[in-house]
Amino acid sequence: MIRYIRRAAAFCLLLLVALLLNAARVQVFEAPSLDDNSANRRNTIDRYDQPRGNILVDGKPVTGSKDTGEQLAHERTYRHGPLYAPVTGYASQTYGTTLIENAEDEILSGTDPMLAPVPFWNEITRSRQPGGDVATTVKDSMQRAAYEGLGGRRGAVAAVEPTSGKILALVSTPSYDPGRLSGTGSPVTDAWRELNAQTSQPMLNRAIRQTYPPGSTFKIVTAAAALDAEVVTDPDAATDSPSPYVLPGTSTTLPDEASGCADASLAEAIRVSCNTVMARLGVRVGLDGMVEAAGKFGFNDTGLKIPSGVAKSNFDTDMSDDQLALSSIGQFDTTATPLQMAMVASAVANGGELMYPHLVDRTTTHSGSTVRTTGSRTYHRAMDPRTATQLRQMMIDVVRDGTGGNAAIDGATVGGKTGTAQHGIDNTGTPYAWFISWAQAQDSARPAVAVAVVVEDAAADRADISGGGSAAPIARSVMEAALAD
Amino acid sequence: MTATTADAPPPELRLPKRRGVELSLLVGAVLISVYGYAAVGLARNDAVPPDVAGYGGGLGLLALLAHLAVRFRAPYADPLLLPIAVLLNGLGLVLIYRLDLETPKDQAATTQLVWSTLGVAFFIAVVVFLRDHRVLQRYAYLSVAAALVLMIVPIFFPAVNGAKIWIRVGGFSFQPGEFAKILLAVFFAAYLAANRNALAYTGRRIWKLQLPTGRVLGPIVAIWLFSVGVLVLERDLGTSLLFFGLFVIMLYVATGRTGWIAVGLLLAAVGAFVVGSFEPHVHSRVQDWIDPFASIDAGQGPSQLAQSLFAFAAGGMLGTGLGLGHSILIGFAAKSDFILATAGEELGLTGLTAIFMLYALLVARGYRAGLALRDSFGRLLSIGLASILALQVFVIAGGVMGLIPLTGMAMPFLAQGGSSVVTNWIIIALLIRVSDQARRPHPDQVETGVIAPILEDEL
Repeated sequence: MIRYIRRAAAFCLLLLVALLLNAARVQVFEAPSLDDNSANRRNTIDRYDQPRGNILVDGKPVTGSKDTGEQLAHERTYRHGPLYAPVTGYASQTYGTTLIENAEDEILSGTDPMLAPVPFWNEITRSRQPGGDVATTVKDSMQRAAYEGLGGRRGAVAAVEPTSGKILALVSTPSYDPGRLSGTGSPVTDAWRELNAQTSQPMLNRAIRQTYPPGSTFKIVTAAAALDAEVVTDPDAATDSPSPYVLPGTSTTLPDEASGCADASLAEAIRVSCNTVMARLGVRVGLDGMVEAAGKFGFNDTGLKIPSGVAKSNFDTDMSDDQLALSSIGQFDTTATPLQMAMVASAVANGGELMYPHLVDRTTTHSGSTVRTTGSRTYHRAMDPRTATQLRQMMIDVVRDGTGGNAAIDGATVGGKTGTAQHGIDNTGTPYAWFISWAQAQDSARPAVAVAVVVEDAAADRADISGGGSAAPIARSVMEAALAD
Repeated sequence: MTATTADAPPPELRLPKRRGVELSLLVGAVLISVYGYAAVGLARNDAVPPDVAGYGGGLGLLALLAHLAVRFRAPYADPLLLPIAVLLNGLGLVLIYRLDLETPKDQAATTQLVWSTLGVAFFIAVVVFLRDHRVLQRYAYLSVAAALVLMIVPIFFPAVNGAKIWIRVGGFSFQPGEFAKILLAVFFAAYLAANRNALAYTGRRIWKLQLPTGRVLGPIVAIWLFSVGVLVLERDLGTSLLFFGLFVIMLYVATGRTGWIAVGLLLAAVGAFVVGSFEPHVHSRVQDWIDPFASIDAGQGPSQLAQSLFAFAAGGMLGTGLGLGHSILIGFAAKSDFILATAGEELGLTGLTAIFMLYALLVARGYRAGLALRDSFGRLLSIGLASILALQVFVIAGGVMGLIPLTGMAMPFLAQGGSSVVTNWIIIALLIRVSDQARRPHPDQVETGVIAPILEDEL
């Protein structure tokens, strides 16, 4: 019997060895893949175990964090949520992150290796540092001016500092409170469903993710192309243009809303917004020249990041001359984000040099030491400096005694361009009101701000809609806020 | 075989009793448990739990009472058994207390402490009142009758979480199947001890397999089949697997017929295949085992088994530390069937190995007692009891770690479960009793100085 007892004992030992080998298999060899399994909540729990770093505007946090005592402990809170939603995006335990919350997630959640005193050690231990802060380039006063100016109408404002590319305001309305999406459970899923169901699309960031036909504001680009290509050498010289203009190769005539466009000069065409002159100039510059000029302002760039991706602004690269003519006045397939048009204005204001737009000034550790700084970089030289000087004057004239009079500010030099963009099948949609502008204090050597405003004023009477009427006053209040700084 | 001359005075044989060793090991076991309890509090609330003295004192008192019972009633008993049981029980309380912190509405540690106290009371009762394990041999048929009744009764009670293994009276619930396994081990041991020769040497021979006569084998196979059948009806797969393994091991030890193992394994394979294919409850368990992440791919979130594997993986070599893991993600069975995952996550492979070693020591000590005993019944009983522990550990640990399909069962002493902890304390008490018998100087030896002849079948 002893022999059999020993064998039975050996069998039990075998069971133990199997358990130990299996434990080693799971805990050592398969552990990395199990740890990384997307269904393993441990990473998520660790992520929310500490408060998230803050997003700063003017050095003050516009975000916060609260301990809910739940499994995913810390939830994001937002001060002035709707006002800053187009800047911060949301950080939701249910729906992930967007915009800065997304682009700077590693800093905010504390996983960025650069946050650790000894980065390599942090990689090994996979430990988390306290969440770092993200200081934005946004100015609170300008953001508010833009938000209040839009007053809940569908629209967007983008404002940049021409000399640095800093985005000073980024507003999209109607907006939403990202705090509603922070946590988990039915309040969050209900809010998500409700926000997505609204026809006004409050979660759409119209300033960088929505493109609109730019209408007459695009004439600045066409003018820059014509001057750079020396199709026009004297902006005040007659251009020998008919009004109305028969689109090349068709029998379609393009009319002018403004009077006095026949044979008008380039400057006059910009000031009163002549379609015919500009359409014809675009055709004279030619497709290649127009595509190149538009590209230097940022059109057709699919990789623009601020750091969140910006939707591509479009200028078709393959068109017939009649299409090119329409495209040159911001119609046909030409579309632009409000940020794109702010870039156009800023290039003019900055002597033709277009700076790379950016929204994050710098990131810091929890204790405030700088992790990364976004420096100013040139994006493109958008036009010749001489061209820029001529365009500046033309834009100043638009505000002084043209269509953009509503943007004038006492004691400051202001240049602008209105736009009323037709859209929809046979232009049946309610037009979009555009206004792009820049402002420079009279005692300053540098322009303070470039602004683009778009208002999709669906409720207004069609006849009342014009860039000068709806959009220019908003641009003016944003510029005033910039000049007051 | 030696024999001293009858006229010489018998030498003073003082076999070591090792009760001092047991006491110091017990102090160590209680201290480790208290340390773990304090560690959980420090990790979670930056403070030692306020009732740490109560917990330590309570566990210490239980250990001391058990020790005194052993000291006075089983002085020669193996000194490792009691300290290991106390350590495992103490550690189980720590783990359950730790998981209680995650489920404020469902507190289990206090109940478990009450059951542990009851378990130790049963332990003391068995050690004090059962003077000789051979008495149990007389109650073989009473045992089996009681076991069958206990197993059948839950059929008349509603199922809990898919298994009809519970009896609920008021707020009080227990699993009679847990007690039945001791009774069944007693019966198997008694029956096999009485019929060993008939089982081993008579009957027809088919090819290399010597079959015992149906008259001898019939009743025991019938009872075994009946038990397993009932358990399958109740969906208590773990216990049916346990009974199956127990029966095969005891039959093998009693008869020495390797063929029984082959037959046993064959039957097991056929049974497992049939049940695994046709019983939906079992089938899903097998599917889970084959692909623990299927539910994730299907978008239904991780299964309990996947969560358990995540917990073990999170522990790695050294563990997250007590109180710092997230094994509560496993869900409702975290404190019972899946308690080992908490140990694996928070103590790591290192801690898990230590726990397995403790069980291995318990089993080894049971086998050792079996080897040293002289009576077949005692031998089979101690082997049976030790095998129950070994099989339980293997079935549940293998299940929660993905080695074998998961079958619900309690990790001895660690898991939440009143009937389980009481039963395991009784098993330890019986092992104390048989080890005391095994290590005690033989009466013949003391009286005559003659060492009892070794029975012929032992070599």
